[in-house]
Amino acid sequence: MSHVLLRHRDIADIDRLEVYRQNRGFEAFRNAVASMKPSDVTKVVKDSGLRGRGGAGFPTGMKWAFMDDKSWPHYVVANADESEPGTFKDREIMERNPFQFLEGVALASYAVGAKLAYVYLRGEFWQLAARLDQKLAEMQAAGLLGDKLFGRGYSLRIHTHLGAGAYICGEETAMLESLEGKRGQPRVRPPFPPAVGLYGKPTVVNNVETLTNVPLILLNGPDWYKSMGTPDSAGVKVFSVSGRVRKPGNYELPFGTTFRQLIYEHAGGVQDGRPVKAIMPAGASSSLILVDDKALDTPMDYASVRTLNSDLGSASVIVIDDSVSIEWVIKKTIDFFQHESCGKCTPCREGTFWMRSLIERPAAGRTSVPVDMLLGVARQMQGKCLCALGEFATMAVVTGIERFPADFQPVAAPRQVVEAGR
Amino acid sequence: MSLAQKYAREVQLILAKYPADQKRSAVMPLLYLAQREEGYITRAAMEEIAGLLEMTATEVAAIVGFYTLYHDRKEGKYRMQVCTDLPCALRGADKFIESLCSNLGIRVGETTPDGLITIEAVMCLAACDRAPMFQVQSADGLEYHEDMTVDKTMELIRALGRETKEPAR
Repeated sequence: MSHVLLRHRDIADIDRLEVYRQNRGFEAFRNAVASMKPSDVTKVVKDSGLRGRGGAGFPTGMKWAFMDDKSWPHYVVANADESEPGTFKDREIMERNPFQFLEGVALASYAVGAKLAYVYLRGEFWQLAARLDQKLAEMQAAGLLGDKLFGRGYSLRIHTHLGAGAYICGEETAMLESLEGKRGQPRVRPPFPPAVGLYGKPTVVNNVETLTNVPLILLNGPDWYKSMGTPDSAGVKVFSVSGRVRKPGNYELPFGTTFRQLIYEHAGGVQDGRPVKAIMPAGASSSLILVDDKALDTPMDYASVRTLNSDLGSASVIVIDDSVSIEWVIKKTIDFFQHESCGKCTPCREGTFWMRSLIERPAAGRTSVPVDMLLGVARQMQGKCLCALGEFATMAVVTGIERFPADFQPVAAPRQVVEAGR
Repeated sequence: MSLAQKYAREVQLILAKYPADQKRSAVMPLLYLAQREEGYITRAAMEEIAGLLEMTATEVAAIVGFYTLYHDRKEGKYRMQVCTDLPCALRGADKFIESLCSNLGIRVGETTPDGLITIEAVMCLAACDRAPMFQVQSADGLEYHEDMTVDKTMELIRALGRETKEPAR
């Protein structure tokens, strides 16, 4: 099957404008501006069943339809902050198939009547941002951006904006704060960005992968898109596979592919032929899946992964084998969230700090992690923070302790936390 | 010389990206411009940016403090920022940074005596499939180095040292 998103793997040099155009590039954008009403574009996307690929899985067309038409101007912000540990898909899309992504931004902008769109990239994507700036200049020179496009009244400009190292800016309202020149701290919701977003105006925030789907959906129609994947989760997904597999990388597959197929058929199986012990399907924010045959044969779509009491999220699949201690795993996730908590909400700021000091007790020479106290802190954080970070910080902790109790047994003497790696 | 004088055209291009009544949005790109000078942001630069954007210097300093890629102190000429997050650690990143540091005779967070290299442990850099990996941050920007070994890294450090001694111009 040829790729929908990672098309650079089928078509050489698709990152060059003329090659992209030879492969029907910007046809969808031209057709939309020349002969479709903005609301018709939204309807096609709605009918395709496309859901947001950043993690939340919210229906994309529905989000666009929520834009408040009594308040103007409208903005589109592409979320290219990709910072979830285990996620590296948007980077490959933007590096290798940039025009399809940018055409997606353009189509979203036309659909919601935005004349100005921003691509918010994490600061580490410094070189990538410079490349995208070049691509945007080429589009401008080719009459694909600018004023009165395709002889119609529609005008559009797209700019990049670099973050500077803050996981929280992937949260959409923190991203908007950051884009407004403030510290990236989440806003109280509601109101949601389609009502009150950038500069207080209606704003659509979509993930890079989500937007990259849009041009081909417009070209081939919603039924084509729905013919892939499952009824609950239409289309294809880029799965980022990392951890203890032989061939880590991005794999574009239809929703509904099983964990077993992903790990063994695509990612080459586990290093040293060891068994899979745990899977984190949504990066560091995951509820840990205790792996058995049933889990391995579970289809990766939003609804099925939920039956394992986890979530597919952004589909950044971290594979953990039986040589790795779950205590060490949650120490890593706690470190991450403690570092990345923005400090706005007390339960998250203090809770991540306390979780870290509790999980580090063995390293400080005490005998074991006080598991009940750790669980107590995690549970007190849940449901008490403005954004999902406070929640995410507890996921691996709670499910790790509940589902892998043997990894937290007290031992008689001080010990070192077992570390993975070579 | 002030940023506005030295980088007049770039400052103008940055400001043009944002609506005229939303100048404050330019604070992050202007801070990157300021960092290009010394590898860190001086108090004077913060004050100049505050003036340009009608913010207070305290507000600008708060941005510098919040985001990890802005620095307000001089460190090594090159900051080697090694990802030690879970996916990289599952592929040996902890051992990598440990032996890199022992090769250099410094600890994480420290700078080599010649002021060339600072080693930092950082959070996920979206390169989990190519660990061990790090980025090098310097006044000139950021560069990724993936699928690295300690030997390859020491070679890179030697090359950076040579470049510093004989500037290519």
